[in-house]
Amino acid sequence: MSNVVNAVEMRGIVKRFPGVLANDQVDFDLRAGEIHALLGENGAGKSTLMSVLAGLYKPEAGTIAVRGKPAGFNSPRDAMSRGIGMIHQHFSLIPSQTVTENILLGLDEPRFFLRLPEYDKRMTEIGKRFGMAVSPTAKVWQLSVGEQQRVEILKMLYRGVEVLIMDEPTAVLAPQEIDGLFQTLRAMVADGKSIVFISHKLNEVMRVADRVSVLRQGKVTAAGIKASETSIPELASLMVGRSVIFDFEKKPQTPGEVVLSVDGISATGPKGLPALKNVSFQVRAGEIVGLAGVAGNGQSELAEVLTGLRRSTAGRVHVQGDDVTNHSPLDAIRHRVAHVPEDRTHVGSAPNLSITDNVIMKSYRKAPLANGWSLNYARARQRAEELKTAYSILAPNVDTEARLLSGGNLQRAILSRELSQEPTLLIAMQPTRGLDVGAIEGVQRLLLAQREAGAAILLSSEELEELLALSDRILVMYEGEIAGEVTDGDAEHIGLLMTGGGRASKPDAK
Amino acid sequence: MATTAAHPRSGPKLIIEPRLYTPRWLSPVVSVGAIVVALILGGGVIAAVGGDPLAIYAHIARAAFGNLGVFSDTLVIATPLILVGLACSLAFRMKLWNIGAEGQFYMGALGASAVILAGWVPEGTPQPIALGIMALAGIAAGAFWGLIPGLLKAKLKVSEIISTLMMNYIAIQLVNYFVFGVWSDSGFQMSKVFPKMAWLPKLGDYAKEVPLFRGLTTHFGLVFALIAVVIVWYILYRSRWGYEIRLIGDNPRAAEYAGIDIVKNSVLVLVTSGALAGLAGMSEISGVVHRLQGAISSGYGFTGIIIAWLAKLNPIVVILVSVLFGGLILAGREIQPAGVPRLIQGIILFMLIASDVLLRYRVRIARA
Repeated sequence: MSNVVNAVEMRGIVKRFPGVLANDQVDFDLRAGEIHALLGENGAGKSTLMSVLAGLYKPEAGTIAVRGKPAGFNSPRDAMSRGIGMIHQHFSLIPSQTVTENILLGLDEPRFFLRLPEYDKRMTEIGKRFGMAVSPTAKVWQLSVGEQQRVEILKMLYRGVEVLIMDEPTAVLAPQEIDGLFQTLRAMVADGKSIVFISHKLNEVMRVADRVSVLRQGKVTAAGIKASETSIPELASLMVGRSVIFDFEKKPQTPGEVVLSVDGISATGPKGLPALKNVSFQVRAGEIVGLAGVAGNGQSELAEVLTGLRRSTAGRVHVQGDDVTNHSPLDAIRHRVAHVPEDRTHVGSAPNLSITDNVIMKSYRKAPLANGWSLNYARARQRAEELKTAYSILAPNVDTEARLLSGGNLQRAILSRELSQEPTLLIAMQPTRGLDVGAIEGVQRLLLAQREAGAAILLSSEELEELLALSDRILVMYEGEIAGEVTDGDAEHIGLLMTGGGRASKPDAK
Repeated sequence: MATTAAHPRSGPKLIIEPRLYTPRWLSPVVSVGAIVVALILGGGVIAAVGGDPLAIYAHIARAAFGNLGVFSDTLVIATPLILVGLACSLAFRMKLWNIGAEGQFYMGALGASAVILAGWVPEGTPQPIALGIMALAGIAAGAFWGLIPGLLKAKLKVSEIISTLMMNYIAIQLVNYFVFGVWSDSGFQMSKVFPKMAWLPKLGDYAKEVPLFRGLTTHFGLVFALIAVVIVWYILYRSRWGYEIRLIGDNPRAAEYAGIDIVKNSVLVLVTSGALAGLAGMSEISGVVHRLQGAISSGYGFTGIIIAWLAKLNPIVVILVSVLFGGLILAGREIQPAGVPRLIQGIILFMLIASDVLLRYRVRIARA
């Protein structure tokens, strides 16, 4: 035992969910004034462990000590009173209220008269101290995701947080915003606060963390090792239990004919605002075109227009020479356009239907599954069995409901459906988002196999590294436009384009 | 042993947690269990007001299932219930809330009556042909009553809940218009009795050939209902269309993504649902009432909603639930006090709906 009192000590934490042992006798120490990264695959138990610390869950067993004194939290409010706060992936902010109002919400002070200007000043001061520029009078809906995150941090600081837990804080940020966040975190640490940084992004962990703990299947595989004394490959193998190959052998390939041709497409988004502005590009057979951009810059709408799910207001789309502008999704399916949707549970699958029903979504109209009016369920099950084996979908059987599949297995089921159609054009939206390292690798290999099979692939991802590793060239989207094309893998340039800079330096994509 | 600082506990504790898997056998077992619990509770109520629960249950059982004669009467009531139960099950599968089965039932009765009363099927037409035309007319009228809310939903995004509900009242008043006016039989609020060719044959008609059938009221409408069960089962579980219905019902966005036309399917499903309820109306008018009059349905269309839910939208189970309800409705007419079967019906309903929790959650007792 060190003689320094730890900010937090967790001992023998056990937390069970139905059918899952989320935390199995987990010990965790957090020192004062450190950034401690908590690494692990999806479902490894990171968020559960931190939710226990933040008072959201009660553990079945184990003890928590805060600055040497035992603590038991019944609610997040309890935890906050001992200086522990957690920022979740999905922010809990009220869009129609101002920054200051959001921060004051739920506090005892001010009591009746709000005296907002006075509090506005205090918010600005705290923001300045930790390097966060946020206008306190702005309404939350006007803010970017990065700014909203700063509001969440301010909220915690204002409540006197000593231990800040952040659950995958960089998932929603552009590279420049990530830098800003890291500066803020360092300023907080310099002020004596401690930070738990939950992530599965190894490079970020190496950049920002002082120490690293790794969870795998609810158990600790590395407890507080120094970031300076480890490496990305070592952390990766601690996470997944085997070493992961990150370098793919991408065979050099000459792209073939133009499969997808987009000319001057414009479209409006869900709120009726322009989401795509005069977008033009082409994708050829046998090439992967990466689509980079911070979420919400038109990538989703572009995918929807290309697959018939959204009408465009101007421009033309050709697939294999056929004009398919504003045709139906069925027409896209007939043109063998495969679509791995961004939203796996709400668009890509029917949660209460079986795996069989889910994997035949695109093929039930044709022989051998269809026979006139009727559907040959024996054949459908057989098809599902084959795909389950070929794509290693882990489930008790093909009658298992889709909602019971883990994220990675659901994605494999979706990919099995889309890729088994031998697509000429594959539109893959965030195909690896939220998957664990092993699953990501599997998905990436499938994409490369499609490239070799001669499919034209449009790949949208928030993981720049993934785009750089897989794509033949990268288009960057910003505010509904193609901000530029990068063919030399210059990550810095992509980052600039993603945040609206660097547009003059390179011409628009063709 | 570490003290559970976060967890001061005392005594055993009930833990309710979501189920990851629901075994196939669980659903029927829980349903039967719920009915047993309902009967026990109902028995308690009967005993509390001074009755003898066992005697009353025996009475109900005798009145509904006691002999061939009353069981036949139970099946007569179950017949329209099966058809409207199917109508609702099909629509509810797509999460289309057709609560207009009552109106579609009335329209089916009106359509089937119209071809006879308006003289389009002349007297002396062979019975099978006359009945076939009546069935088609009933189906068409019910389907038309489903088509209107279907089109309203497709073209103007009008909620089918409101439109089908309102159209019930229109249908009932429309039938009244014909009963009071056009086809009134010498001023009575009913039409004249249909000629025999328009009567669905019943078992009693064959008493000469099979003496056992003497006086039995079960009519050919039951065959319609059973054929409809097979057809709906086939549609839902073995056809492309049924797959589309189930997919839209579970996740419309996924259905759209799979290239399925939701608007077209909404119209088709409401039309088919209306057709089934319309057939129920025809079967009732031709098999039981034999004339057009007001109050031909004792809320069959609404009972169909309950039946569909209790059957978990499964066409085969609809038969069982309909026979059970038929028996309770019949017993309610025959025994005193008449409220008791209603009371039991209510408690059974309540228990069955409540028991659903056990299918979705697992309850266990943990000791501290």
